[in-house]
Parts: sequence; C-alpha cells; structure tokens
Amino acid sequence: MNVISVFLQKAITQGIPLLFGANGEILTEKSGNLNLGIPGLMYMGGVAGLIGAFLYEANVANPIPFVGMLISVICCLLCSALGALIYSVLTITLRANQNVTGLALTTFGMGFGNFFGGSLSRLAGGVGQLSTATTASAFRAKIPFLTDIPVVGELLFGYGWLTYFCLIITFALSFFLFKTRVGLNLRAVGESAATADAAGINVNRYKYIATIVGGMMAGLGGLYFVMEYTGGTWVNNGFGDRGWLAIALVIFARWRPLNAIWGSFLFGGLYILYLYIPGLTRDMQEIFKSLPYLVTIVVLVITSLRKKREDQPPASLGLPYFRESRG
Amino acid sequence: MSAAVKEPLFHVVKRDGTSFGRSLLIRLAAIVLALIVCAVIIVLLTGMNPLSVYAALWNGAVGTSRRMWITFRDAAILLCIGFAVMPAFRMRFWNTGAEGQVLMGAAATAAMMIYGKALPSWLLYALCPLAGIAAGIIWGVIPAFFKAYWNTNETLFTLMLNYIATQLVAFCIIFWENPPGSNSVGLINSKGKIGWLPNLDRYGCVLPILIVLALAVLLYAYMRYTKQGYEVSVVGESENTAHYAGINVKRVIIRTMALCGAVAGIAGYLLASGVSHTISTGLVGGRGFTAIIVAWLGKLNPFSMMIVALGLVFMQKGSVEIAGQFNLNENASEIITGILLFFILGCEFFINYRLEFRKHEKEAVKA
Amino acid sequence: MESNIMIEMRGITKHFGSVVANENVDLTVRRGEILSVLGENGSGKTSLMNMLAGIYFPDAGHIFVEGREVIIRSPKDAFDLGIGMIHQHFKLVDVLTAAENIILGLPGAMKLDMNQVKKDVQQLLDKYGFELNLDAKIYEMSVSQKQTVEIVKMLYRGAHILILDEPTAVLTPQETDKLFQVLRNMRAHGHSIIIITHKLNEVLSLSDRVSVLRKGAYVGTVNTCDATEMSLTEMMVGEKVVLDIERPDPVNPVMKLHVDDVTVYNREGREVLSHANFEAYTGEILGIAGIAGSGQKELLESIAGLQPHMTGKIHYRNRKGHIKELTEMSAQEIREIGIRLAFVPEDRLGMGLVASMGMTDNMMLRSYRKGHGLFARRKEPHDLAEHIKEELGVVTPSVDWPVGRMSGGNVQKVLVGREIASSPQVLMVAYPVRGLDINSSYQIYALLNEQKKKGSCVICVGEDLDVLLALCDRILVLADGRVSGVVDARTATKEEVGLLMTSEDKKEVQA
Repeated sequence: MNVISVFLQKAITQGIPLLFGANGEILTEKSGNLNLGIPGLMYMGGVAGLIGAFLYEANVANPIPFVGMLISVICCLLCSALGALIYSVLTITLRANQNVTGLALTTFGMGFGNFFGGSLSRLAGGVGQLSTATTASAFRAKIPFLTDIPVVGELLFGYGWLTYFCLIITFALSFFLFKTRVGLNLRAVGESAATADAAGINVNRYKYIATIVGGMMAGLGGLYFVMEYTGGTWVNNGFGDRGWLAIALVIFARWRPLNAIWGSFLFGGLYILYLYIPGLTRDMQEIFKSLPYLVTIVVLVITSLRKKREDQPPASLGLPYFRESRG
Repeated sequence: MSAAVKEPLFHVVKRDGTSFGRSLLIRLAAIVLALIVCAVIIVLLTGMNPLSVYAALWNGAVGTSRRMWITFRDAAILLCIGFAVMPAFRMRFWNTGAEGQVLMGAAATAAMMIYGKALPSWLLYALCPLAGIAAGIIWGVIPAFFKAYWNTNETLFTLMLNYIATQLVAFCIIFWENPPGSNSVGLINSKGKIGWLPNLDRYGCVLPILIVLALAVLLYAYMRYTKQGYEVSVVGESENTAHYAGINVKRVIIRTMALCGAVAGIAGYLLASGVSHTISTGLVGGRGFTAIIVAWLGKLNPFSMMIVALGLVFMQKGSVEIAGQFNLNENASEIITGILLFFILGCEFFINYRLEFRKHEKEAVKA
Repeated sequence: MESNIMIEMRGITKHFGSVVANENVDLTVRRGEILSVLGENGSGKTSLMNMLAGIYFPDAGHIFVEGREVIIRSPKDAFDLGIGMIHQHFKLVDVLTAAENIILGLPGAMKLDMNQVKKDVQQLLDKYGFELNLDAKIYEMSVSQKQTVEIVKMLYRGAHILILDEPTAVLTPQETDKLFQVLRNMRAHGHSIIIITHKLNEVLSLSDRVSVLRKGAYVGTVNTCDATEMSLTEMMVGEKVVLDIERPDPVNPVMKLHVDDVTVYNREGREVLSHANFEAYTGEILGIAGIAGSGQKELLESIAGLQPHMTGKIHYRNRKGHIKELTEMSAQEIREIGIRLAFVPEDRLGMGLVASMGMTDNMMLRSYRKGHGLFARRKEPHDLAEHIKEELGVVTPSVDWPVGRMSGGNVQKVLVGREIASSPQVLMVAYPVRGLDINSSYQIYALLNEQKKKGSCVICVGEDLDVLLALCDRILVLADGRVSGVVDARTATKEEVGLLMTSEDKKEVQA
C-alpha cells in the first residue's frame, strides 16, 4: 500500500468519531439546543461501553465477542442518553443557560470517563491492566476477502462495522431532516420554537428526543474510539479534544450531515497530517495539529461574511422557550 | 377531540421578582441536596461512613494550614479567570475562550522568564505581567474584532482559539524543552527563582490572593461606576439602545474583550510566575470553562463569584483527597463539581418561576 | 344539541404578575359570522384570544366550544377544536417555503411528498381565490403574502373558527379589500371569524357583531347594524370622548430642519424611504401619518443619525441662522456639535430605554458622558429621575426599580420625561401614546404642546388620525416610503389624509 492510501485510511479512522459527534450535535442543534456537553457525552459513552464489556468479560468464563459487543453498545447508549437527559431536564424543563449547562456536562462527563476508565480495575478489585480485547475484536472485525482487493480493498473495507454504521446514520439523518415530516417539524422547532408551538408541534418533546438521540449518537463516537481505535482499553484523556472538533465540524458542515461526511475525513486528515509531512520537526508538528481549528475559524468567518440565510445556525439556537413569556 | 375537560396538573408561571431571602434559601437547599447526592456516590464507591465523607472533604480542603492556603490560592486563580469572562458576559458576548487567553498569557510570561534572565530584576518583575497581559489581550481581541465587524459567532470562535493556543504552547514547549527530549519545560529559572512572583508567606499564596482581591474591587468599580462599565451594560441589554444612545458598539465590544484578555493574561501570569513556575499545555486544565460557570452562577457579580469559586475549589480539593485515600484517581473531583453544578443550575428555575398546581376540582358547569 | 353558538367564554381572567390582562370576560361567537373584538391598545383583546388559541392559559373561567366545556392547553388543542389564530407577528419559519410552513406540525405519512402537498394546498388556494407561490421562502415574501400563508395554513388544518389579530395594520388598502373579500368568502362557507381591531371603519364595514373590551374587562356586544362610530367609541373609551386637545398657534415659526431628497435603504438594500423632501419649523408640531411601515421609523432615524444607509441631505439651522449639515453624522456627533435633538422611538424598551435598569440608570443613557474622567456621574441623573417621577407622576416603588416592570404609561413618561429634560431644539416622537390610557395620553399631548410653546420643533408620528388632526399644525403623509403630501391640520379632513396615505403617486399639497 502506498502512503497516500494509508493516509486516507487513517484520516477516515480519525474522522469517524468526529462524524458521530457532529451528527449528534447537528440533530441537537436543529432542535435549538446548543449542547456544549457533547465532548463530555462522548467520554461517557465510551467509558460506559468499556465498563459493560469489562464486567461481561470479567464475569464469564468464555466470553463471546458478539455478546460483549452488544452489551457494550447498550451500555454506551444508555449512559450517553442519561447524560443528555440531564442536559435536557436542566435546559428544556428548568430553562437553565445552555452554554453553562453544556460546559458543566462536559466537565462532568470527562471526569466521569477518566475516573471510571482510570479506576475501573481498582474498583473491580485490582485486576491489573484493563483490557476488553475479546469484545474489541468484534468491533474490529472486518469483512473477509473484501479487504484483499488490491489498491482499494483496505481503503474501502478496512474498518469495523461502526464505521459503516456511522455513514448509514449520517445518510439517515440527512434524509430524516430534509425529507420527512418529523424532520421538517424539528427544523421548525430550532428555527422558531414559538412558530412550531403555534403550529401544534410539541416543542419540548421534540427538543428532548432530539437532544437525547443526539447524545446517544455522540456516545457511539466515544465507543468507536475506545473499542475500534484503541482496541478496548482506556487511556486517560486519550480521546483528547476530539469532542470540540466534532462541534467545530458542525459549523464546518453548515448543519448539513452530508457535508459532515467529507468534512470529517478532512478534519481527520488534518488531525494527522503532521505525521505524513516529511521533514517536520517535533515543534512544527504541534503547529500542524491546530489546522482543523484554524480551518473551522476560516469557515466560520466566511459564512458570517456571506450572510446566506440557509448557511446560518438555527435561528433560535441557545434560547430557552417559554410559551407564556410576553412580547 | 383530544382536549377533554381536564386541567393540567400544574402549569408554570413566571415570578414577578423573588425576595433575596427566598432565593438564598432555594440555592442553599440545592447545595444541600447536591452534597447529599455526592456523599451517596462517594459512599457507594468507597464504602465510607457518610459522615466521615464530609469530614474527609473538610480535611482535604482545609485540614492543614498548607491545604487551606492552597485552596484559597486556587480559588483566587479560578476567580481571576472568572473575572476574565465576566465583563464579556455582561455584554452578552459569550466568551468561551478564557482557557486559551489564560494559556497565552502564561506562555508569554514564561517566555519573559526564559529570555529575560539577564535583565535587571525590577524590570523583569514589570515585564512578566505586562507580557502576559499583552498576550491575553491579543487572544481576546481577535474574536471580538470579527464579532464587531461581521457578527461572527463568538462562542464557537473563542472555543476554537483555545485549541490553537494549546498547540502554540505545545510548540513553544518543544522549543524551550529542558532537558531536551523531555517534552516539558521543567521549572523555569529554578536556580535563583528569577522572575518568580515573590513569596510573602511560606506557601507563596498570599500575593496571588491579594492581587485577585484587588482585581475584584477594581472590576466591581469599573463595571458599576465608570462610563465604560455603563456602556458595557447598555450594549449587553440591547444593541439598539446602545446605537440610540450614541454608543459605538464595535468599540465597546473590542475594548471590553481587550479588558477580558488582559485579566486572563494576569491569571496566566499568576499561574506561570506565581504557582507552577513552568508552562505546560495542561496548565489551565479546564479552569477556563469552570470559570464561565463561576461567573454565571455568581450572577456576574465579583463578590458572589468569590463564594462560588471558593465553594467549587473546596469541593474539588476535598474530593481529590478522598480519591487519593482510596487510591482512586483525582478525576472524581470533576464528577463532584458536575453534580454540584447541575443542582445549582437547576435551582435557578425555582427562583424565577413558580408552579401553579391544579386547584381542587371545580364544580361541574352546565354548558 | 344543534346550536348556533360556536364558542362561549365565561368569566375569563388572566394576570401577568401584577398586570391584569383580562378580568371576568364573557364572549360568544356564532356559526358563520364575523365578530369584531374591539378595544383600545392594551384593553386585553390579544390576551383573550391567545387563551382561545392555546398560547396562554387562563387563571380562571370556562371555555365552551359547540356547547362542550374544553380545556385548551396548547395550540394543538386549539387546532383539534378547529380554532386557528393568525397572530400580529406572524408565526412562520423564515428559511422554509410557504408549502413547508403550511404543513408544519401536521400528521401524515413519514416521508414528505411535497408534490402531493402542493397539489392539495393549491386546491384550497383556488377554492378561496388566494394567489401564492408555494415554493417561495418566507423571507422573500411581502407582509401581505406572509399573511396569506398564515390564513392558508389555518384553513389547511381545517380551522373553522379563525382569529385574526389586527390583520390590516400592515396592509395597503387594496390588500385590505382583498383580505376582506376572502374573509366574507370564508363566512359564506360557514366559517366563524373573529377579528381583533381598533379601527372602527373596518368593524362597521366587515363584521356582523362587535364585542367591546375596555381595560381588560368586557363591556358588551352589539349588532353592527345597530352601531355607529360614535356609539362604539363610547363603549371603547367608556365616556363620550371629545378630542379636546389644546392647539396654540405657532409663534414666529422659523425653518429648523430641512430634509432634502433623503432616501433610506434597509439591510437588504431595498428602498424603504425614497426621496423624502420637507421642512420643519420651530414652534410647531409636524405630524407624520401613514400606514405602519411606510417609512416613518426610517425617516426619524435618519434625522437622529441612526441610519447608516442613506442618501440625500439633512440641514439644521441653529439659532444664529447658520445651516449645519447633519447627513453624515452619528447620533453622538450631532450631540457633540451642541445640537439637542431628542428622540422618543417607537420601541420604548428595546431602543429608548434599558428594560432591566432603573430610572436613574436610564437617565444616564443621555448624560453619562458628562464630566471629565473615568467615572460616570450619578448625582444629576438621580435628581432628574426623582424630578420626573414627581413631576409626571410616574408610579414606581423607587427610581431604581427596573423600568421594564412598569406599566406602559409609566414607561412612556420616563422616556418622554428624559427626552424633554434636555430642552431639545428638535423633539421627535414616534407613536407617543400607543398603549397608553386616556389620561396618560393627554399628559403626553400637554408635554408636546409645552415644548412647542418653548419654540422647539416637534415632529410626531402617529397612527390615530383624529389625534394628529387635533394636535398638529401640519401633517406630512407617507405612503409606501414616499411623501404623498403635506396638509394643514386645521383645515384638512380625515378622508383627505386617508386618501393620501393610500395614494400611489406623489403629489405635494403645500400648506
């Protein structure tokens, strides 16, 4: 395999968790909720999946990879849904400030991930290095033969099932938002909650469901990282700032899931570009790592300059809704 | 028809205003609830006796004079970073970039300490904070400029700048690393402590605390009594009104963010020159975000913010201590902080609104 | 149970904090009729209707629809009962198309078949004679097109009780006629229509019955055929109202402002005021009449130095007779060259005042720059606030009480009081008595006259022609962004001004 093909493959691998997170944030933001807790939710989803798999593998003599996988997916979804529920109750029902609540959730979620990820083996009675290799193997399984196709085999088929699932989710989300009634209603909620309310849409229910499902999508991104990328183990802060990159990706994609696909590959590529540029000193590598953020700022500035209505964030993003507020 | 004759169980009514005592009571209740939940979690994880949890928290935060001073110092630094977002928030400019602004301030201070060794010490003492302030201002003004002229979303812009700052600092660290290959800078000027913030006491805590307290008074006076502070409030309330009053909104946005950046720069200076005496990408450690919460919960009032900052740092220090005792990792403190925040954020609702429950079944009415 | 009565509201009460919106109101709507709900601004018409539409929830009272008692908790409940409301501020999503807005929130197949939807809606359009491009985005539409979308949206949901809140406030006469035609058409199809308004001519020409509200309370209902403008006015205001506004003759009028060929563009670059040309004099009140949105706001703002996108010139003559050009100046620059130009904007709490601040801090809006140094002076603003509170009888617990929590009349007194405190050479007021009770209104008229007598040049934008004709010396009429005429208020008739408001071509009737 040549360098470019390897680079592309790695870029996609890096991009997938971002795409999961961005999908979750797009869905959430379309309901008018700016959930800055997404990075925290990704940690929570990842660690919950790991705990599920770990407990399963630790308590069963001959763990079956597929069962472990199922358990970890369910744990991941439950935990990230719970995190998103906290955010929803606080911002939707109790009308707390979204920015602050989101940041609090990220603080909580990252702490939650690092605490349980870091203390898991100790809490379980000191089993030494934490590993859920069996379960991870199910996440990492690839389709046989297809990867042997020359040139494009690895590039197209060299990933675990979550990668393809992520792409399916993205297409499904795009279809949902722009081609279904419920998607239309959701967009209306995010643009103008009062209008949606007057049209008979249950604003709070839409916000709750979008935020929670969005949180679950983001959680899968964390799970992908823990299971497929690192192979079923936990490194404190290993996930790093990718959660914020996912939020950046939403802006970059201008709230359209299909744009987020190639955007995520681009971001993934930029994230690891420094490894593939020959002759970079270590210090220059660090500069290169800031590229995705720089690109996002450029996109942010350009969209604010162009002022095209369709490219702007949902109009009521960040605002709480109270029907009886006057005027 | 779905609209049957059934009144909803309750509906929400906005309060006209809540007395100070009542809102204090609601907040206290929220904190007590949060403490109970935290204790339950700690008990579940460690099997400790609930009462000894609180004792351990207390002991961990202020149990020895050293711990107490460090708790106060860290609260002061968190408060200082909170001050770096407060004026912007008054202006409804959602500055999520304090993390980066502080880091840039710290990096500039470290650069001064590294390159200014040969300077006379009084000059270096003056240049270190100035360098930090300048770097903070630059990092704060960039997004303000774009916001002022093109209305570029500042929440996301400042958020992204945090990570660019992190990478810039990562670059500097490799550039300055000591010893080579260690990927860290080590204590700067450990011999002679050149450029270090002088210690007034054994733990070097008093001076940073005094500086932050002075800042609190200055900022309070600035926001409350100066013409510029007044302009900030008007711009925050309504840009339309600001235009009407002849206020140059662009200038106010940029000027206020310069102020925020400067305060962040001071926080960075305190961290680099007064606390850690080194520079690392994790130096601020998420405090830029916690500070936003401090500012918000403190209602953007410097003195209420003090209480919030102290409370948060107290809980963090205490829970780190408990985690340490049980060989658990220190991220426990973030969980505790998170839970506390959830409760306090949630309780605001009960201050601003009240629930009206269904009145007893009304007598049947003939149509 | 076949009954002619569609809706009955009994004993409806609604409070907002300490503000009473409705107190024990009764209302009946019959099948196939057009009912006008008439009342002054702030009489509680909109809140009452919002409770039928599920936006507000009543504190007390009962609602019956077709004889059954119902609880309307949300707009959805209202739709299910066949009630649809068209709000004054349209509830439409700007970035969606007309068709998408129309089907918003409706049940149906998961997948959207926009072609089928458009076909269905088109049938409805044809039935009632609407014209509408279903693929146009809302933000590309005119106000009247948006209103059409709203009406179609309600009909498409099967609403047979339609509530319209001040539907003609933003329409041209032609559009109003078209709307009325559509409404009559719908009545013929058996729909019940409630129209909220304070315009008597509309009430008389359109509706079958009129229900009148005053200060949140129900006054009574009459058949339109038995009503006259006079009798309705009496019901609305309570006692026989003769507009007895003082009008002293101008003393030594001197040209103060000359607006020369001023054109203002909005943010999208469209002309909202074109080639305005007129003069204003000292010691007179110049009224400005026109349908809402005809360029009044832009005209005042261009003089006040608040309009960045304009061409043309604005000349000001100072006491010594020197002419100064204000065209390129910002509000602040105008003040710096010593011109005291006071402006009471239409949006009191969103522009003229800061809602969360008290009277003292709001006084500072005009004066905080005074004095040297970093600190703002508070003593004078505080004294001024106390003075205004005393002089104009502002009802507030203290001068630090947030003005946003005061009643509309008190808010306006604070704003006008501050603006005239600088003894302005030019005083511009937009809709100075909107939402105010009669007493407060007269107090404001007196304040304007006082300024006039002091030799100020007063410009007053108003909506009530009776008031403008009684208060002003001359009236400038705007129609669709153009000055369609200037008339002598002492001799002009209401019809004359009404005609000018709707005239398309520009003609100068110099007084």
